[in-house]
Amino acid sequence: MDKLTCLHDSHVAIGAVMSPFAGFDMPIRYPAGIIAEHNAVRTKVGVFDVSHMGEIFIDGPDATRFVNHIFTNDITKAAAGEILYGMMLYPDGGVVDDLLVYKGFTAEHYLLVVNASNIDKDYEWMLSNAEGYDVKIDNQSEQWGQIAVQGPESEDVLVRILGLPQASALTFYTYCELPGLILSRTGYTGEDGFEIYASSEKTKEFWQTLLEAGIQPCGLGCRDTLRFEAGLPLYGDELSPEISPVMAGLSIFCKLDKEEFIGKEALVEQKAHGTARKLVGLEVKDRAIPRAGYSVETPEGEVVGVVTTGYHSITLDRSLAFALVDSAYGALGTQLQVRIRSKVFPAEVIKKRFYQTNYKK
Amino acid sequence: MSKIIEGLLYSESHEWVKIDGNVAIIGVSDFAQSELGDITYVDMPSDGDEIEKGSEFGALESVKTAADLYSPVSGTVVATNRAVEDDPSLINADPYTNWIIKIEMSDKGECNSLLDAAAYAKIAE
Repeated sequence: MDKLTCLHDSHVAIGAVMSPFAGFDMPIRYPAGIIAEHNAVRTKVGVFDVSHMGEIFIDGPDATRFVNHIFTNDITKAAAGEILYGMMLYPDGGVVDDLLVYKGFTAEHYLLVVNASNIDKDYEWMLSNAEGYDVKIDNQSEQWGQIAVQGPESEDVLVRILGLPQASALTFYTYCELPGLILSRTGYTGEDGFEIYASSEKTKEFWQTLLEAGIQPCGLGCRDTLRFEAGLPLYGDELSPEISPVMAGLSIFCKLDKEEFIGKEALVEQKAHGTARKLVGLEVKDRAIPRAGYSVETPEGEVVGVVTTGYHSITLDRSLAFALVDSAYGALGTQLQVRIRSKVFPAEVIKKRFYQTNYKK
Repeated sequence: MSKIIEGLLYSESHEWVKIDGNVAIIGVSDFAQSELGDITYVDMPSDGDEIEKGSEFGALESVKTAADLYSPVSGTVVATNRAVEDDPSLINADPYTNWIIKIEMSDKGECNSLLDAAAYAKIAE
């Protein structure tokens, strides 16, 4: 039985197409459709139910030292109220999860926001690596609802429709705490936007207010097309126990100058000697769509990789993909081909950030 | 509830067929387009392609997924609809007006095994 978010009744009532995702019954699209929802976020504003995401709090005298032990980014470089993106790694450099770490306003207090599909695994991972650290690890995932308001008009929506003037003071990847809620300027769309963590009651209230104001509800379908265009990885597709952050081109979020963190030695080794495969962007010069799992070949037909995510980009009107390829074929400009059903289509290696993001710096 | 038109024949794989003499005009049902969502690409066969009943002749791609198209009859492709190739969203807008291909049938008797509207209604839900 799939879990339900606190907004499940509303999704069903407004006609969402629902589907299991990460153990939850989630809205994939609403009657407007993925293209309209995607365009709403790029040009105006849209709202997502992301209550499935996990919230794990870490407190205690050794919290900073512990977070830095399990996290690739360097939390000591962040100020209170700042948020860092990074990963938790296995010792071999494979990824346990990618996550956001919110640095608390009080000392030794952190919020870790993790992927829904990995909540239990992550919590166990943290517990099993906490020996010798004086910390309390508190999985509060089921107590928090979360909505994401995303798009160029999102600040205006928070201020005028939700009555949250505090939104204006936030820059990208910072947050504030308000009674009963956490408000951050973050998202997974490539646009300016906010994520609001609150109780189920408060989340329902915000959601209803936004729907009544005519804000477009957006499902996981366009969440994926939006993050894809912005070059953002999805755990399970572009990061996994087999795909390290070095392979995925995310070394910038792994601070190898830190004294230690789990997986550091493996990454140092990968950086020094290269990896057998790397994640690249691909453009197929046709309207045919390179889908996850399709094989990537040399022009001579030798299989050298596989598509991890692919779409006909809604914003850019181009057929694009992320693909994991043999590193010898990963240079920008390399000519490859993708096998789509029974035909092959020429493809070129291009930069993964297909869409120029619009964050509020 | 998806729309089903009386007088057309249907396949279990959600194509519809309109018989016009020896020619079968083929599209996809309202159920099929609504399951797919926004259609962004039609992978068309070429004029003159010989197609067997039940074999794949092309595909529809929505934002999220690709769905193969299966021919309800055997024969030769005599026309492909350029309008839906240029603007696949026409299929979402009106799946019964916006046909995909026309096939000159090699065995019209094959139509007997297709479903009528009432029979198709039972599987399209």
